[in-house]
Amino acid sequence: MEAFFQNIGQWFVDVGTSIGDSFYRNLIREDRWLELLKGLGVTLEIALFALIIGTVIGVILALMRTSQSRLLQGIAGFYVTVVRGIPLVTQLLIIYFIVFAKISIDGVWVAIIAFGINSGGYMCEILRSGIQAVDRGQLEAGRSLGLNYWQSMFSIVLPQAVKNVLPAYTNEFVVLIKETAIVGYIAVEDLTKVADIIRSRTFDAFFPLFTAAAIYLVVTLFFAKMFRLLERRLARSDRG
Amino acid sequence: MIEVKGLTKSFGDNVVLKGISETIEKGEKVVIVGPSGSGKSTFLRCLNLMEMPSGGEIWFEGQLLTEKKHEVDRLRQKMGMVFQHFNLFPHLTVLKNITLAPVKLKLQTKEQAKENAMRLLERIGLADKADTYPNMLSGGQKQRIAIVRALAMNPDVMLFDEPTSALDPEMVGEVLELMKELAQEGMTMVVVTHEMGFAREVATRVMFMDDGNIVEQAPPQEFFSNPQNQRLKDFLSKVL
Repeated sequence: MEAFFQNIGQWFVDVGTSIGDSFYRNLIREDRWLELLKGLGVTLEIALFALIIGTVIGVILALMRTSQSRLLQGIAGFYVTVVRGIPLVTQLLIIYFIVFAKISIDGVWVAIIAFGINSGGYMCEILRSGIQAVDRGQLEAGRSLGLNYWQSMFSIVLPQAVKNVLPAYTNEFVVLIKETAIVGYIAVEDLTKVADIIRSRTFDAFFPLFTAAAIYLVVTLFFAKMFRLLERRLARSDRG
Repeated sequence: MIEVKGLTKSFGDNVVLKGISETIEKGEKVVIVGPSGSGKSTFLRCLNLMEMPSGGEIWFEGQLLTEKKHEVDRLRQKMGMVFQHFNLFPHLTVLKNITLAPVKLKLQTKEQAKENAMRLLERIGLADKADTYPNMLSGGQKQRIAIVRALAMNPDVMLFDEPTSALDPEMVGEVLELMKELAQEGMTMVVVTHEMGFAREVATRVMFMDDGNIVEQAPPQEFFSNPQNQRLKDFLSKVL
């Protein structure tokens, strides 16, 4: 009987030691936790700059798509079709290995450009639905006062459209954070890539990958919460 | 002031205006009545090219509008328009609604525009609403502000497209009252409406439109007491 408890006790000690050991090897030794944080930094950097580029492209494309010019509509429609019809990984590889093949440029910037271009297509569609949801009378009222088409769009229709689509827009940022996990394909060391590098060094997948997963979860929940607060504040100003 | 020659307008196969020729002189108050679908709103909306005519000419202050499409924005500054559904800008305060166009078009400085807007708001007794948003206002208040917004551009003519049709009955009076004041001050007005009392009291000329044509027109006295056309007689017997 005594031996039995001793065995159980030993088992717990063994497991405890091996977990502790694994934790130490995967996160503490060689400051690996710091590597993971650096990876998170790269992830956020790519997502944030891609968001900015995507927003600029998205606004321009959405204005083209809702304009009266068949040509502009066609160009924007083509862009959206191409960007949405090709897997993101493939686009990333094309931009890295073909477009920037002869140009020496940091992989992080290649990723930012690739994700920005891709995100622009999605943003265009988000914003287009927002523009189309604004009552046609708003544009007419602007035009009747003598404002030209673009003045009316920028000062009357677009602000209302942006408010319409803010939830979808902020969601796009959260999606971007998660999508950047594929930049390891072009040797950029983001959060996922760093976790994978640690795994390959320690031959232990559990701690690196679950730590990365937990960090993604915390970060996306944080931003989702922040954006919801922002939306509520904007809604308040709506009521005067 | 406005001269229309052979104006036609079709939406697809649907011919809405069938060749209208008409002249509106400075200082006239023309009221257009007729059954729904008669083309009266379309006619009004063609005058400032809110609808692009399918054929014919529109002259305004000696300029051929239908030819000089790039001049349309400038000419529209002189043609105020009031819509059935007000079309106030919901994302802007009452004051900003009024000052947006004059400031954007650099016709007035911010200070001038604000001063002008406050004077207009005082006139309609809504100066205390300057900093509120349109959704806090009643329908009658919204429409009076929409009128004042058009007036802030110092137009030479005001076009009214069923300005009281979307209002609760108890709010119709305050809007018509403001329109009467404008008429008394000598504003040139073209009004599409179902308010026969307004036509009788304010109009210098009443037009009856039916099936895409101006079927009959006369000063109000004669128009209501001695209608000639059978369709006008039927119409009046239903609405009076």
